[in-house]
Amino acid sequence: MNAVEVHNISMKYQSLNGEIAALTNIGFSVQDGEFVSIVGPSGCGKSTLLSIISGLLSPSSGTVWLSGEKVTGTSKKIGYMLQKDHLFNWRTIWQNVMLGLEIRKAVTQEAKERARILLKTYGLYEFKNRYPDQLSGGMRQRAALIRTLVTDPQILLLDEAFSALDYQTRLAVNDDIYSIIKKENRTAILVTHDISESISMADRIIVLSKRPGMVKNIHEIKLSCSNRTPLTCREAPEFRHYFQEIWKELDVHV
Amino acid sequence: MFEDEEENIPAISQALNISLERQEYLRKERLGKISVRMTQILLLVLGLVLWEIMADAKIIDPFITSQPSRIVKTIVQLYKEGVLFYHIGITCLETIVGFTLGTLLGTFLAVILWWSKFISKVAEPYLVILNSLPKIALGPVFLVWIGAGPASIIVMTLAISLIVTILEVLNGFWGIDQEKIKLVQTFGGNKFQVLTKVVLPASFPTIINALKINVGLSWVGVIVGEFLVSKAGLGYLIIYGGQVFKLDLVMTSVIILGVAAAIMYQGVVYLERLLVKNNDLNY
Repeated sequence: MNAVEVHNISMKYQSLNGEIAALTNIGFSVQDGEFVSIVGPSGCGKSTLLSIISGLLSPSSGTVWLSGEKVTGTSKKIGYMLQKDHLFNWRTIWQNVMLGLEIRKAVTQEAKERARILLKTYGLYEFKNRYPDQLSGGMRQRAALIRTLVTDPQILLLDEAFSALDYQTRLAVNDDIYSIIKKENRTAILVTHDISESISMADRIIVLSKRPGMVKNIHEIKLSCSNRTPLTCREAPEFRHYFQEIWKELDVHV
Repeated sequence: MFEDEEENIPAISQALNISLERQEYLRKERLGKISVRMTQILLLVLGLVLWEIMADAKIIDPFITSQPSRIVKTIVQLYKEGVLFYHIGITCLETIVGFTLGTLLGTFLAVILWWSKFISKVAEPYLVILNSLPKIALGPVFLVWIGAGPASIIVMTLAISLIVTILEVLNGFWGIDQEKIKLVQTFGGNKFQVLTKVVLPASFPTIINALKINVGLSWVGVIVGEFLVSKAGLGYLIIYGGQVFKLDLVMTSVIILGVAAAIMYQGVVYLERLLVKNNDLNY
């Protein structure tokens, strides 16, 4: 059974000025433990698609299935990472990490222990009583990921999750988050407009067309580098090849 | 109002043995600060002395303008009669009740308007009109409806501060990053959780700011209220002194009012530092 199945999703936004078709007939599936990236020109409905998968938005037509369960609202299976870390300034790192559990009323001893282990594993335990502004951008992003992982989601949705970081931090955080996701053995869908980022992280890339977004192509990413991390595989000879192909498909005109 | 955090910087720099250039810079900064403060004090003293001398020399009529020595005498006299702190207390109490109630009630109403798009749309034109209406015009109405007492005065302060608070806090609510709200929703949070986990804590600085504005507005409300209805308080002393031509009493009350208002404002600023610390530290 696939972790995520998207069937014929279409989405239209209504406003007084008219109707905007954001997505038309999107269909794809994601296997358990797979890392899939969705790229597309800006405004093609990438983020809308993630919101639909997460159950925050209901589509005009079509259905989403998570491990065989139909999506009707937000699901505990899903962990959502937004563009910025959105750690709350008025909460300590520990309190921030506990946010999701508080909302789900799932603050148990077990969950707290899981949070402690995650913080220790990813080097934030000493900072648990600090406030977010005392942490670097990379550490904040890690704290945000732990806030998501603590709720034990099977599927991670990353919505431009790195684009608020500066380039160097971003490369480092890519490596960081990628290794955490692989280590925790989670399924992930990354939405990005950064072609290199998506090639470096994903097992498969879904290219969307301009609005209204349709699946234009799906690339199976096979890079010849041993010990794959996002940074090392940027050196792979096929990298440039994929980049050229996707760039052409995005059909960017300035 | 005045920043005094930097006071200890020179001491620290000396302890750390900081370069001569920096010491010179800090000395200049300090000197500049001292000269500003000195000039401020000098102006005050000069004004008071000039006022006293001109009144003594009958260049100005102390019967109309009063004079510093008479003001001191009036304060002492009020104190001996045992009514000085009574009047100050009543006015301060009414003001504190006014701005506390104004802020709490205003925030509560803002929450309702934030919760329901429908109610906020319906309320919009009423809020606009109420906001532009000079609320002091309603004074006589309150007097008739509620009666000549502290209740009328507090309603007067509420009338002045409530609408401003609602608009200010509501704007704060609407200005919150939608993505922060989305974050709570991705965890399955409902509207009440969005309110308690994000909207209220994120708006805390805005609410404290509204409180600060309300302190000033409450003084206006209380004094106007006392003009209209009261039998006690600084506003009453001012109106009474004016009616019986005791300008000494009027000037004394105005000066006490000024001092009390400044102290209360400083108190709220201090409170803000205490409460918003966790918030502000992290911007």
